[in-house]
Amino acid sequence: MADQPIVLGIETSCDETGIGIVRGHTLLADTIASSMEEHARFGGVVPEVASRAHLDAMIPTVESALAKAGLRVTDIDAIAVTAGPGLAGALLVGVAAAKAYALGLGVPLYGVNHLAAHVAVDQLEHGPLPKPCLAMLVSGGHSSLLLVPDVAKEVISLGSTVDDAAGEAFDKVARVLGLPFPGGPHIDRAARDGSGTAIAFPRGKADDGTLDFSFSGLKTAVARYVEKNGGSLSLPDVAASFQEAVVDVLTRKALAACAKHDVHDLLIGGGVAANSRLRALAQERCDAAGVRLRVPRPGLCTDNGAMVAALGANLLEAGVAPSQLTIPADSSLPITTIHV
Amino acid sequence: MLFVLVLAFDTATPAVTAALHDGTRVLAESTTVDARRHGELLAPAIESVLTEAGASLREVTAVVAGAGPGPYTGLRVGLMTARALGSTLGIPAYGVCTLDALAYATGSSEPFVVVTDARRKELFWARYGDARTRLDGPRVARPHDVPGGLPIVGIRLYEEIIGAVTGPEHPSAGALAGLAAEQLAGLTPEQAAAAAGLPEGRIDSEEAAQGRAVLGPPAPIYLRRPDAQIPGAPKKVTA
Ligand SMILES: Nc1ncnc2c1ncn2[C@@H]1O[C@H](COP(=O)(O)OP(=O)(O)OP(=O)(O)O)[C@@H](O)[C@H]1O
Repeated sequence: MADQPIVLGIETSCDETGIGIVRGHTLLADTIASSMEEHARFGGVVPEVASRAHLDAMIPTVESALAKAGLRVTDIDAIAVTAGPGLAGALLVGVAAAKAYALGLGVPLYGVNHLAAHVAVDQLEHGPLPKPCLAMLVSGGHSSLLLVPDVAKEVISLGSTVDDAAGEAFDKVARVLGLPFPGGPHIDRAARDGSGTAIAFPRGKADDGTLDFSFSGLKTAVARYVEKNGGSLSLPDVAASFQEAVVDVLTRKALAACAKHDVHDLLIGGGVAANSRLRALAQERCDAAGVRLRVPRPGLCTDNGAMVAALGANLLEAGVAPSQLTIPADSSLPITTIHV
Repeated sequence: MLFVLVLAFDTATPAVTAALHDGTRVLAESTTVDARRHGELLAPAIESVLTEAGASLREVTAVVAGAGPGPYTGLRVGLMTARALGSTLGIPAYGVCTLDALAYATGSSEPFVVVTDARRKELFWARYGDARTRLDGPRVARPHDVPGGLPIVGIRLYEEIIGAVTGPEHPSAGALAGLAAEQLAGLTPEQAAAAAGLPEGRIDSEEAAQGRAVLGPPAPIYLRRPDAQIPGAPKKVTA
């Protein structure tokens, strides 16, 4: 095991500066500096604030990851970095750092896809990914269903949201309910004291036969309900019923995708995978359908550097050629491009 | 004499420029003007000056980045690169005000003003007594508010308002490296280490930028705070 390569992963696609270190598929360190506190009062991530924070946090975060792993920077065998998708200016800070580390250490550089990294991270916890597996990524920026024959080589998009991402819907509904940003965890908590069947909110695109999602109608329906029922509404019931509508559609479509492609392993990743009701309902429906469910622990579901390092390790293992020092940061990198 | 090899680069203007300097002269220099590709061009430019000079990164004794002011996205590429190289190579990383490098390149012994593009219809400017002496700035201002009555060096913009601009249009890493090497030669090793080791804060106001020494830590000179609006109440969805 000791001869497996040590990969340092750098993630700066949004507000978190994430540094992860792996040896093969063993996690050695996962360190995060977040600028979320600076963004919260703006009700969303401010790109320039995030980019400034990445520059300031990068070196200290790398150093603390190295210390946690008990390594010196010269022990690193390869650098992996999120090349996209994400906020352009934020990505660029990570990509510049990655190139400098690769150049300074004389080691290969891998520019990787953020979404594929969300899939790859699960190996650090649950071992090698079944080939193929089905992945559902649900975060503040993405809601996608992916067929993954091999995370180092091929990722196929089966469907995605046509409007808001699932996490975005949580955040927008939280705002309507007067809960702080980011709203997902607050709705999750409030919903524990409410009933998911109290209010029948719409399930957009649930039965349209596609593997796409739509959450903007649901968000509007909740806002309308709140305006109409103002003072007399039960916050826990609204939160629980909204949450139920989201996770009902997500799990239904994920299992429909498994059935359609005859896949028996479902992986859920992204920040919304931290949602307790999504985990419970997905488990219930997977059990009923004979599908094995894999969900990384919450800390690995949200953006982090370990996921980037994990995908880098897959690419090294598969003998993929390293990236050039000329690679750009690509804010709209398509999911089908696993590395650049 | 101490072995000196300064690697310098600047990404605070449309030019992506890198150079290697041995304390006496510029060994190699590369400059490409492309305002949108700093992130793609810088690392290859560093490789190419090393190759041209027949030097290896491990021989470099100090790394210097233009600290701005300049458009933020490009500016951060140079500073992030300097910090990461300094940290992996175990050598000091410095920041030098980009306008100081432009001023130094003029070799002038007379007073003048340096301007670079600040976008949003503004200019970054600083006023110098001679090529080495910054008297005021860096500041950010509308073209009308750039001081008149002195020769102006730098970007050819708003000449109908500020008058004719002469001299180098963009900074060169050769001049940046030369200025840094000159500064380093005047410092004891302890002083040099202290200059790089200052806290790496950001400079986001003109006041903070005024007293800045020529050679400092690789901290960005932004001059402006991020603009962001604190949102009001959610808008109504029903009529
Ligand atoms: N318990 C939860 N229930 C529902 N949503 C949650 C929960 N915890 C976090 N979220 C949501 O997850 C989102 C954050 O996800 P993540 O950390 O993956 O960041 P992101 O920037 O949105 O990711 P990406 O760049 O991958 O799109 C937010 O929208 C947040 O509200």
